Amino acid sequence: MGGKQNIISLAVFIVVAAGFPWILPSEYYISILILSGITAIAVVGLNLLLGFAGQISLGHAAFFGISAYTSAILTTNYGFPVLAGIICGIFLSAIVAFLIGMPALKLKALSLAMATLGFGLIVYIFMNETITLTGGPSGFVGIPRFNIMGYDFYSDLAYYYLVASSLTVVIIISLNLINSRAGRALKAIHSSENAARVMGINVHRYKLFVFVLSAVFAALAGGLYAHYLSFVAPSAFGFHASLQLIVMAILGGMSSVWGGVIGALFLTSMPEFLRIYEELETILYGLILILCMMFMPQGLAGGLGKLAGYVSGKLFRRGLK
Amino acid sequence: MDLGSILQYLVSGLTVGSTYGLTALGFTIIFNATRVINFAQGEFVMLGGMLAVFFAGALNLGVFPAVLLAVSCTTLVGVCMERLTIRPVQGANVVNIIIITIGVSIFIRGVVMLFLGKDTFSLPPFFGTEALEFFGAMIIPQSIWILLITMLVLVGLRTYFNKTIFGKAMLACSFEQKAAHLVGISVDRMIMLSFAISALVGSIGGVILTPITLTSYDVGIMLGLKGFAACILGGLGNPFGAAAGGLIIGVLESFGAGFISSAYKDAFAFIILLVILFVKPSGIFGRADIERV
Repeated sequence: MGGKQNIISLAVFIVVAAGFPWILPSEYYISILILSGITAIAVVGLNLLLGFAGQISLGHAAFFGISAYTSAILTTNYGFPVLAGIICGIFLSAIVAFLIGMPALKLKALSLAMATLGFGLIVYIFMNETITLTGGPSGFVGIPRFNIMGYDFYSDLAYYYLVASSLTVVIIISLNLINSRAGRALKAIHSSENAARVMGINVHRYKLFVFVLSAVFAALAGGLYAHYLSFVAPSAFGFHASLQLIVMAILGGMSSVWGGVIGALFLTSMPEFLRIYEELETILYGLILILCMMFMPQGLAGGLGKLAGYVSGKLFRRGLK
Repeated sequence: MDLGSILQYLVSGLTVGSTYGLTALGFTIIFNATRVINFAQGEFVMLGGMLAVFFAGALNLGVFPAVLLAVSCTTLVGVCMERLTIRPVQGANVVNIIIITIGVSIFIRGVVMLFLGKDTFSLPPFFGTEALEFFGAMIIPQSIWILLITMLVLVGLRTYFNKTIFGKAMLACSFEQKAAHLVGISVDRMIMLSFAISALVGSIGGVILTPITLTSYDVGIMLGLKGFAACILGGLGNPFGAAAGGLIIGVLESFGAGFISSAYKDAFAFIILLVILFVKPSGIFGRADIERV
């Protein structure tokens, strides 16, 4: 994994994640945490693509959705075990990501944004229109809860730990990737594709690899999502959702894996707290987004890091006196 | 597939495509000045339509004063947006500014929802409701108005960019900001002007389409997407490519709806768009860019 700092951050994360349910007063907060965790899995994956390889995808919610629907349909209509359903969902998303990534990743910046955006919209329209298969705009109901070898994750607490451990695994994989040969290749591609090519890096293959990997993470999140809510509808997988994932990655901070986690937690839980303002909710949400980005250009992770540095600087100086 | 229905689909495609084109034009003008894709562009289009409805209904103005007032208010919104959210973070990462524009678009949508509600509204057509028959196709007068006004805006912009000193200064900024600054052009002012013009153009696009397609607080999202698609299709940075891209997407959609299925019309347009992008990444009218290392 490399770096003492990463190991410390990971340890802190595990302790905090394990302890969270004990300090929260009600089940309601746990359900918010579960959804945040599921979203975080997708955002961490997207961050690998966006923050490290410098490639944008405005259609990532499609992978989330393809997997959620595949697993939902296989388990509900064809009696697959849940785990098998999720694995099939992940496989299908990976194949689709491979096929769409092949031509799309040759495009640059905004053309790539457009291509992935178009792909996402096409998937969204098909989810809405293939009513016999997906239930159309009104959604697909009656999906079984996640269970494995006879153990049902019926309580939210159990499901929370399932999501938290999946997220931990995803984070460990990502941290390992970043500090590996492939991770360095991706960073090289981010700073200059031509320079990377000259260094003998197979640019297209690495881009495709990280695109498929991030789709796999999104698909894992999609499976966990479908078997948590037991209900899926296309509106959760449209353009808005893709944009939301991007915003989370950038707002959290693109330069670290933790940025994705913080961004997902912040933007998933914020609307719940803004709900008390009812009609002002959307306005406040927009305003917070604008102000965060104006005053914390490095994202929340960068902002928190600066705050930590400032505080420890103060403490240290005081210690010297 | 007779001549009449082909003509009918063509006209309705061009009608909707005009708005896409004007939205795309707005994207392009801001992109050229700042290298930022303004995600609030769709909200300018929505504001044009919604404010016109509000002024015409609540203030009891006629259609024309309401339209003029709506367009000027939206232009003002564009200027305020630049002053309050873009200028303070000048020089920031482009990605960050894009997120700020997303924030602005959510904010504008929220404000409109709060004050004008979530209902769907309509605006009376500008002149006449009697459809004209033309080779078996029925053409409503509003379509002709839309095409005329779009033409007018295009010609106006062309003259502005080629003939006036402000237009030339804006062009200079889009080529090379530092050089423009050196010859005494106020880049700040040009960026503000670009937001004003793209809000103006976007709101015109919104207001002329409203009598045909109705409007509500959330139409900006889809119109913005189509506009973005149009400017990528036409070759990003090329204003007239963007307008043409809009018309092409409108026509594709309309033929898709007519000959394939109306449920899949958007999918059809986007599939064609993907194919074009994969074949010619720089867009139909874009030059393949040569990257400097």
